[in-house]
Amino acid sequence: MTNLRDGLITQTLPLPQPNLDNQAFYEATHRGELRFQRCSDCGSWRHYPRPACPKCQSREFRWELATGRGRVYSWTIVHGPTLPAFQEDLPYNVVDVLLEEGIHFQSQILDCPPEEIHEGMPLTAVFVPIDDEITLVKVRRAREGSR
Amino acid sequence: MEQIRDKAAIVGIGQTPYAKGLGRSEYDMAVEAIFAACADAGISPREIDGLVRYDMETTDEEQLLAVLGNPEIRYQASTAWGGGGAVSVLVHAAVAISAGMADTVLVFRSRARGKQSVYGKDPKQGGRYWERTEARLTGLNQWHVPQGLVSAFQEMAMITRRHMIDHGTHEDHFAAVAVTTREHAIRNPAAVMRQPMSLEDHHASRMIADPLRLFDCNIETDGACALIVTRSDRARDLRQPPALIHAGAMAAGSHHMRLSTLFSRPREEDSAVRVGRQLWQGSGLQPSEMDAFFCYDFFTSFVIIALEDYGFCKRGEGGPFVEDGGLRWEGGRMPTNTNGGQLSEAFIHGLNNSVEAVRQIRGTSTSQVPDCELVLSVGANTDPTGAVILRRDT
Repeated sequence: MTNLRDGLITQTLPLPQPNLDNQAFYEATHRGELRFQRCSDCGSWRHYPRPACPKCQSREFRWELATGRGRVYSWTIVHGPTLPAFQEDLPYNVVDVLLEEGIHFQSQILDCPPEEIHEGMPLTAVFVPIDDEITLVKVRRAREGSR
Repeated sequence: MEQIRDKAAIVGIGQTPYAKGLGRSEYDMAVEAIFAACADAGISPREIDGLVRYDMETTDEEQLLAVLGNPEIRYQASTAWGGGGAVSVLVHAAVAISAGMADTVLVFRSRARGKQSVYGKDPKQGGRYWERTEARLTGLNQWHVPQGLVSAFQEMAMITRRHMIDHGTHEDHFAAVAVTTREHAIRNPAAVMRQPMSLEDHHASRMIADPLRLFDCNIETDGACALIVTRSDRARDLRQPPALIHAGAMAAGSHHMRLSTLFSRPREEDSAVRVGRQLWQGSGLQPSEMDAFFCYDFFTSFVIIALEDYGFCKRGEGGPFVEDGGLRWEGGRMPTNTNGGQLSEAFIHGLNNSVEAVRQIRGTSTSQVPDCELVLSVGANTDPTGAVILRRDT
């Protein structure tokens, strides 16, 4: 029984599969740019990518450059179980970042001991290339008040 | 909601043994639970003319017909969003019966979730679904799984942390849920976890995804349960005291796998709060009139949040509510998950808690609330969800 189960577990780092709705995001991150959809009518930013504005239902939008600055909104320290790809990193953090643009995304704080993470901690985005197509967006601590 | 009021009743309940690793298929367990529910109701499986299942259920309509004697099914439905649909299955049954689309509806769930329970090569059946994540993620989980947030308990840890930040909820509150629920399980011979648990035991259990510890998480078990729902006028001629479906509601909302949208919306605009508003407004009842509460206790913190979502206390007061013994079957402000819930009885995707809700209405729980007349049973409160109020026939 155990052998069968082990054979079914995903061993590699699971990666995004870009699609027609979101490929602009991944193309941007691959260039080292953090871009999100922004409504051309009401100016609201949004994430995840979607074909209409959740605030005003406008279908018009642009992929605009975000500052990459935000703060810790929530976080967890994962102690396991987890997938094999993350096993060596245990315990590791995952954070929900509230960006200055008012949108949330999930990432990991690099080089930060778990006990130092706190709500409101200032963060800035960094880009970690994985392969020819995918660059993951991680974050680092930013100096309080830095712009 | 007026159109479904008291039109349908739960007349049969059935379950397999619950255990960590039964070594049986989900199909086999489903059939045992379904036949047990039919026997409990005193009906033949051939009388079933409606099927409602979870869309994650691996036993499909065709497999069911092949063992039920090929009854003429007039209504079928499935509910999305896993635990969110755990009680919506009963709402569907009530709607179908009230509309005359079916007379006798089967609702069931079978789950081989013990990590040792993987049968053959079927990737959908047995064990932990999240371990079989796609190598290239096509859904919305592509936004967080590559960041190491790979399963529900880690997503829930993020939502739990935010509740702690906003409301000062802390681990003694979580422990109170785990300990009280365990006290209920100890009184229930069918429960899997029956060892006594103290607050210290909870705090000593290993961290899984901080702030959630092992004893904050639902157990991983094998088992199945089933309910038979029929017309209330017919129910009164059957073997068991009917549990009338007095009210039911559903709502869409953010899912825990969609944290970016969930965190972008006020909690008061999310699905469970909307379901609660519909139920109280539609039924004219108040939370304080409920005799017991059955909620989707996948994590201790979400019992606290469910109490707030459904109006048993104000937002942020769920922690003190449970710390004060509020969930206890005897003397609690709102006896909750008196079977031991998914934290200690079994993890049958929430349906086992609705089975217990029926027992409370019948007066047959092992932790029976005196003179139990009205209970609320609700699905997972971080998903599109649904809920029912059950009423004793008086």
